[in-house]
This record gives sequence, C-alpha cells and structure tokens, in this order.
Amino acid sequence: MANADLILIQGSNMAECHPVGFQWVTEAKQRGAKVIHVDPRFTRTSAVADKHITIRAGSDIVLLGALINHMIENDLWFKDYVTHYTNAAHIISEGFAGPEDLDGLFSGYDDELQGYNNETWQYEEDPDAADGIAKDMTLQHPRSVFQILRRHYSRYTPEAVEDMAGISQKDFKYLADAFAENSTRDRTTCIAYALGWTQHSMGAQFIRTSAVLQLLMGNMGRPGGGIMALRGHATIQGSTDIPTLFNLLPGYLPFPVAGKHDTLQDYFDESFPQDQKGFWHNGDAYMISLLKAWFGDAATAENDYAYHYLPRLTGAHGTYQTLMRMFDKGVDGYFVLGQNPAVGSANGRMQRMGMANLKWMVVRDFQQIETATWWRDGPEIQSGELKTEEIDTEVFFMPAANHTEKAGTFTQTQRLVQWRHQAVTPPGDARSELEFFHDLGKRLRERLQDSTDPRDRPLLDMTWDYPVDEHGEPDAEAVMKEINGFYTTGPDAGKPLDNFNQMKTDGSTAGGCWIYAGVYAGGVNRAALRVPGDKQDEMAQKWAWAWPANRRILYNRASADLDGKPWSERKKLVWWDEDATKWVGHDTPDFPIDRAPNAKSEKGVFGPDALSGDDPFIMQTDGKGWLFAPMGMKDGPLPTHYEPAESPVSNTMYPQQESPSRLLITAEGNQLAPASGNPGSEVYPHVFTTYRLTEHHTAGGMSRFLPYLSELQPEMFCEVSEELAEEYGLESYGWATIISPRGAIEARVLVTQRMKPVRAGGKTIHQIGLPYHWGVGKEALITGDGANDLLGMTLDPNVFIQSAKAVACAIQPGRRPRGEALVEFVNEYRERAGITEMTGQSRLTYERDPETMEIAEPPTLSEPEHHEGDKLV
Amino acid sequence: MSRFSMLGWPVFRQTKSKDKYGRGPSVESPKYENMRPRTEDADDVVQSVCPYCAVGCGQRIYVKDNEVIHIEGDPDSPISRGRLCPKGAASEQLVNTPSRQKTVLYRAPRATDWEEIELEKAMDMIADRFLEARENHWEDYDEEGTPVNRTMGIASLGGATIDNEENYLIKKLFSAAGAVQIENQARI
Ligand code: SF4
Repeated sequence: MANADLILIQGSNMAECHPVGFQWVTEAKQRGAKVIHVDPRFTRTSAVADKHITIRAGSDIVLLGALINHMIENDLWFKDYVTHYTNAAHIISEGFAGPEDLDGLFSGYDDELQGYNNETWQYEEDPDAADGIAKDMTLQHPRSVFQILRRHYSRYTPEAVEDMAGISQKDFKYLADAFAENSTRDRTTCIAYALGWTQHSMGAQFIRTSAVLQLLMGNMGRPGGGIMALRGHATIQGSTDIPTLFNLLPGYLPFPVAGKHDTLQDYFDESFPQDQKGFWHNGDAYMISLLKAWFGDAATAENDYAYHYLPRLTGAHGTYQTLMRMFDKGVDGYFVLGQNPAVGSANGRMQRMGMANLKWMVVRDFQQIETATWWRDGPEIQSGELKTEEIDTEVFFMPAANHTEKAGTFTQTQRLVQWRHQAVTPPGDARSELEFFHDLGKRLRERLQDSTDPRDRPLLDMTWDYPVDEHGEPDAEAVMKEINGFYTTGPDAGKPLDNFNQMKTDGSTAGGCWIYAGVYAGGVNRAALRVPGDKQDEMAQKWAWAWPANRRILYNRASADLDGKPWSERKKLVWWDEDATKWVGHDTPDFPIDRAPNAKSEKGVFGPDALSGDDPFIMQTDGKGWLFAPMGMKDGPLPTHYEPAESPVSNTMYPQQESPSRLLITAEGNQLAPASGNPGSEVYPHVFTTYRLTEHHTAGGMSRFLPYLSELQPEMFCEVSEELAEEYGLESYGWATIISPRGAIEARVLVTQRMKPVRAGGKTIHQIGLPYHWGVGKEALITGDGANDLLGMTLDPNVFIQSAKAVACAIQPGRRPRGEALVEFVNEYRERAGITEMTGQSRLTYERDPETMEIAEPPTLSEPEHHEGDKLV
Repeated sequence: MSRFSMLGWPVFRQTKSKDKYGRGPSVESPKYENMRPRTEDADDVVQSVCPYCAVGCGQRIYVKDNEVIHIEGDPDSPISRGRLCPKGAASEQLVNTPSRQKTVLYRAPRATDWEEIELEKAMDMIADRFLEARENHWEDYDEEGTPVNRTMGIASLGGATIDNEENYLIKKLFSAAGAVQIENQARI
C-alpha cells in the first residue's frame, strides 16, 4: 500500500477502524500519493485524505460502473494487460442477455430458483483453441466480454452518478482523472474497502465492480495496486481460511452438498473439473489430504478416504437460517464462542427471542456479555415480551482464556499468519477454545466408545490425539503441523510438507488446510519468525508467514509484461530471468517458476501444466482475470446497480428496484419498510448506516468492560446533519429516538457538519450514522441501545451476509418509550406504513411475462417518483 | 509548598544548563531519577499479536510471576513498527480487569440467577446435552432420500479472536459429529 500512487478508500473508515494500518496510507502520502475517500460520512479518514466525496450509501456500483465506462469511452484502459491477462477477448454464448436488454434482469432468471441459472453466461466453445474457448483478440466481437462490458456500463454516466449517488459531476471528474493518471505502466492505484462494502445485500458485487475496474486499469498483481480487503477483526481472515462457516471446508474447499456431491467422484467432478487450467485442478489431492488429516487410518482408498463420514448440506445453513430454525424448535444447543449475537447480529430482538427457544447454550467469553445475560437483563425482559421465570433455556457461562494465555496463530488482513507465544496460564476455570473443544471431544468419544452405530464412526475414528501440557492445554504447534500437512507413509512418514504441490491423491499425504501448507515446512514454525522489520527489505518475508507459500502479493506474474519484463522500472516486482530461465524478484513468484512468458498451453493438457506464460491468474479456470464472471456469482456475471432493500430512492438505472436474487427472510419481527414509490415509504424516510469506532470492538465484549476504552467512548450516539437536526429540532447532547420496522432505539445526538444530506433520485436524502457497539445489560461498564436491533435480515445471496449499511428509518427527538409502550410504539409506526410480513418481499418489482421475462406494463423510467400508480406484484 | 524561587523556572534552568531542547539536565529531578519502568521487573517478555483488529499489530507482553504486568507495541513488527491504537494499548485491562469472569456459571431453566458449578460437572453436562441434541435432530436422509448423515440440533457461532488452530479443531469436531450449522463473525 505504501507503494501506491493513488489510494481510493471506499466503504471503509480506515483511519478509525484500522488505525495502525493507516500509517501505510500516510507513508504513501508522504511519498507523494494522493488519497481519496468516498463515504457517506466525513470521518477521521476523510480528514487526512486529499479529498472526501460524499456518496449515498448503497450506490457504489453506480459510481464504480461510471468509472469503468469513463475509462472505456475515453480509451484510458490498459490495453496490453486487458487483452492478454483478462478474459476481455473471450466470447460469451449466444443466449446471453444483460439487464439493458431484459428490463433489469440477466438471462437465466428463474423465479422458482429464486435466482439465476447461469447456462447462458458461459464461454462459447472453440474446438480448435488449446483451451477450447472462443476468443477475439481484437476485442471487437459483439459478444466478446469487452464489448458486453462496454454496453453494460454505457448507462453508468456522470449524470447517473449525480442522480443516484448524489455526487457532483465535478467531483466525479476529479476522481476519474486521478484514477486514470495513476493507473499506468509507471503508476498504480490501490482500492481499499471494508465492511462498508460487504455488509450490503449486493456486497459481493460491490467488490466485483472494483475488481473489474482494477483489471481494466491493470492494477492487479502489481506493487501499490490491487484491492485491499480490510478484514474487520483479528483473525476474520483466518476464520474463512480455516472456516467455521457452514459452506466451506478448510482452504476454501466446498462443503459437500446432498444431491450434488454424493460420492467423492461427484464432488471432484463438480468442484474441480479436470478439463480446466489452474491450481484448483489439484483440488482432489487437497481434499484427500484433508480427509487423511481428519480420519487417519480410517480413511483408505477403498472407502474413498471416508468421504461418507462428512455430513451433507441441503441449502443455506448460515447463522440467520439457524436462527429461524430456533423459532421452530429445530435447534437444541447453541455454542457462542467469543461472540455477542445479542448485540452484534442483525435484528437483535429476534436473536434474543431465538435464544429463548433453545434448550441450552454455552457462552464462552471473558465477561458476562449480553448474550450471556439476556434472560435476566435483556430489552425483552424490560418490555415484557419475555419473562425470566418462563424461559427454559439453560445457560452455561464458560470462562475463556485470552490472547496472552494461549499460543496459536491469527491471520491478519493481508493473509499473514502470525504466531502468539503463550505468556501466562489462564486464571481460574478459564480455558482456551483449543482445550475446551479437545476436552469436549474426548468426553463425547468416551461416551460413545462402545457404540456400534455407524453414525458414531466419524467421531470415534477422527484423529484426536494431541499432546497436552500439565494443565491439559493441547499443543497448538501439533495442531499447526496437522494443518500444514505431513507424509503419512514411506521413508518420510511424519515429515511436514514443504508446500501444497507435495499433496497426493493416493493417501500418502495428510494436510488440514492446503493453502497453509508450508507454514510448518521443515518442522519450523514459520508463523513465529520474527526477524525485525528494519533488518529486512520491504516485503518482510522473514516476519511470520503469508499464505500461500509466503507470497505477499497475489497474482504477481501480472507485474511483468507479456515478455516477462517489469511494466516499468518503478513498478518492478517479479520478472523472467532469461539466463536462469525462471521467475525471480522481490516477492515469491505466484506462477509456475520455470514457465516461460511466451509458453503456450497445449491441447489436452490441464491443471497447472496448462497455464500459458500469459495466464497470471493461476487459480482461475482459464488463467485470466475475470471482467465477466461466467460462474461463481449467484446474482449476475456483471455487477449491476440495484437499490438496497427498503430504499427511499427509486432505481432509475433499470425497472427493477432491488436485486432479484437477494436472500429474503420472511418472518414476523423481520418486516421491511416499503421501498420508494410504495405507499408508506414516507414513514421511514431516512437512511442510517452503522459503523464502528477506534475505541470499541464489535459488540463491545472486549471493550465496554474495560475502564480505559469505556471512558474514551462512553455513550451510544447518532450522527446527524445540521439540516436534519433543524428539521426535527434535535439538539447536540440531547436524545433522539431512531425507529425502523424492527425496533426503536435511543441515542445521544451529535449534530455535525460531517454529515451532509445528499440529493438522489430527485429527493433530499438524510443519512444518519450509528455506531453499533452498545447493548442493553447490567454487567458492562457502559450500556446503551444496540443499533443492530434496527436491522432486518436481508442477505447477499453469494455470502449470506446481512445488509447493515443502508437501512430505512425514522427519527424523532427525545428518548424512546419504556416497557410495553415501546412495543406499541414500534407497531404504531409499522401500522402507519401499512407494513405486513410480505412488504418488500417480492423479488421482481413489476409483473413480468413468464416466457420472455419482459415487464408486462413498462413503467416510465424518466419519472421515478411516479411509481405509486404502477402495478406492483 | 516550597518558596518561590526564580532559579526553579524551567526557562532559566534550560538556559543555565545549555539544554537547548529541554530534554537534558534541565528536566531531570530526583523523582525522575528514581522512577523505574514497570517493564523493568518483568521476568519475561513474550512476543504476541493484538487481539482486536485485523491489522495484527505486534505486542510485547511483560510477565512477572505468571501475571501480565504490561503490554506494549513491538517495535520489531514490520506491520506496526511499535505502534498500538487505544484498543491494543488497553489490552492489559482485557487480561487483568477485576470484572473478568473466571469461574463457570450455570443458569438452570426458569432460574432468575446464576449459580456457580464445578468446571468438571459443567463439561459433563455439556457433553451429555451435546449427544442428546445430536440424537434429537439427527437426519439420515434428506427429502429426496439422499444420505445427509447430519444433525441439525447443534449450532455454533464463533468470534474473530479464535485462533486458526482452535477453529480447525472446532470444524473437525463438529463435522465428525455431523453438525453443519457452524458459523463465524466472518459472516457478520
Ligand atoms: S493495536 Fe489497534 S490497529 Fe493494531 S491490531 Fe490492535 S486494534 Fe488493530
């Protein structure tokens, strides 16, 4: 990041949320880089940026799409890079149609699927091409990705940006010029984002838009370029790599799905098609090594490495689906591990009501967080919706060990795996997660040891024999060794693997997470490497270990041109050494080390061997960066602007208000406000966006109990503009009540010029800022209403994350009602808006012809305000 | 209070001792002489990582008699170069704050308050309940008759400060037990 010439920070308040990481932005600035911050709020980040641009929350694709359009129409894109390193030249099948052709939908929409069938998004075949894909290297073919991209974004104009995002054409020009000037052979632009992008029902597509832009401008895989995903907390990155997420196995291997992955062969065929390029080709070796790591000798070639031991998925089993099961009494027990869903998850009231339907729960934490005490102190006890004496849920509070009391690794935001040494032993009954689960596993196995039931075999056969110290704490390094992988047979049996290329399909290797292979190479804990930063070069490869293969910049082959030479001296990273006939440079090359830049792939060769010298994107099935995603995205191959749920603005880009494939949860308690143009939408006319502060940590479990941090940020507040304050008579340091269809909360008022109303869709939109760290309870040093109680559960269909950054609300001065009156108060607003459980729950905005998917009675797009009269489904 | 004297004036002292920047003898005092850093008594200094955000700043943990006495930024870290933000700097309180709950608590159905129970007993109760819940909601097949071999009776939600090694064991144990509803802050 310090090497960037322009840093565009959008969807992140980096100076506030990643304060120490922000020093690298400052460093880049000192070296002459420009910093632009695009955000609904003027924040600590904006204060030190060269420019802040106020954007209407949720309109990011309009802005980024307009940048794409600007670069194409003004011929500012990076031709050599785009033609050869991306799929711009690939031709898409004849059946494909985009939202400009189909009134806001892509081809393949299926109401029954509640989303898309992506058949028509595929590449056209060419039997003569080595990789079987039809291409037009002149990029002129009307169905080439490049031309589709050009057409798709042609309506994303500076005027559209002004109208939908509330950004003036002058500011847009400033941004576009800066971006173009700093995206060349000699200069690079870095885009940084955080939860301001992910927490939207379109979040994955926001990120895709930035990827398309970065590919188009040749900024991927180059020093000072790329997209910096600022993961929120300590090891969020680690918990997706080694996931405690329902749909993944370690190393991003898919979790088996019933009907699709019934046999191991089905799993391989569907997940790692063998007729494609790239490193996923070897997914079978990674999977078999994982099964060997988990089930040891019980995993044999004869039983398909005990693949049948793994349970199967049947759809989404995410945290919000699990919550809905709780209401149906479908979940007995719930483990909550260092997390505070009563405060931190969307729709706090439903979270707590859901927990009241459990038989038991285990809360592991340092303090009595609100998730541990809701049955006694929660808001629903106060409102009378729950009565302590009637709640059947058993609650176990199990004290946890903190980061100084256990050894292990966190993976930070740049994939750096860092080891922490244990400093002290945990006090009292406190234990690490490692010890707790190891012990629980042992107890389960003891109870089942005589079982003959086949369903108990996986538990009994799993490898669980970790060495423990005198306190019962398992050796985290032994677990790391298993994650890294080792040889199971032969002369090297027990020896750790050096890298994932050593993983085999014959069961001779075991390894718990293939991308981490190498962290324990040579039996050395590389995550614990601590050569001081000032004693090594800028890449700092001897401080901890980055996956994969200690590589600091992914896809870095793209930092060199077609001939393998750096695009410029200034942006040199890895290059082809003619004499040594291999890739060399400042970073570990992310490419087959001896594959010459002019090497051509041959027909009939697949996997890593099939990568041509100009295929830098080695994990993609065609070796190219995807401007257009033929697969992998559930809501469309190209990012497209739709409005967030319950938006006060009508979508003037397409006659389809919201993403048709967003994931909806239809339930009492999760009602949505009517979207723009529908009666009742005026009851919740404003938009709030949630965020965090430097001085607090997520739902407060690790900050609201500490004196220093509590003193620094003692009270829940809302940020409002002077204009909004004026309109409602809100006074600084006074109180305001914010109301959504899910609940009402009170907060201290902070009137500030940092919040500005924006003009969008012909209306003035007021945005309200709400930090989400507070919760209602009696144990924390500071308490307050939780912003997440206002959130509904409308999810991104790709990653199932909730939308928290652009939500409809009303505001009024004063404190909220107490007790039962609060429930009535929220109901009264809902009734006034005419909300039912079905409000906002139709996927398609207008009735369509079931055959053609065209809109039966087209609305007048030029007058977005007049949707009221149109027929709504 | 001592009598006012011109000689005590900082500017005077600074000029007199030719201490141009006021960082030398002019600011020294017996009290200052006798001050000792908290870190000096430590038996051990351990390299660690801040548990709050994903920047991953390096920390040095100062330990005495199996207690954390001080936490500060690790100047060796190429990521943080010795810096910590307010959260990282407050993390000593995360360890030592008096309100920290160090014993097991149990809330029985319909009870109005906690009771303390033994760790061993709690572990046994949890293990029993785990197996019971697993049994109660076990599914051999889905609606189409495809084997699923799973239980829907147990769910888990983890935070962002669980180590990779811990997440690995959690995923392994739950998967082997047939539980699929495992989630993390990463999705929130
Ligand atoms: S010290 Fe602050 S910036 Fe550094 S990791 Fe901790 S929370 Fe993040």
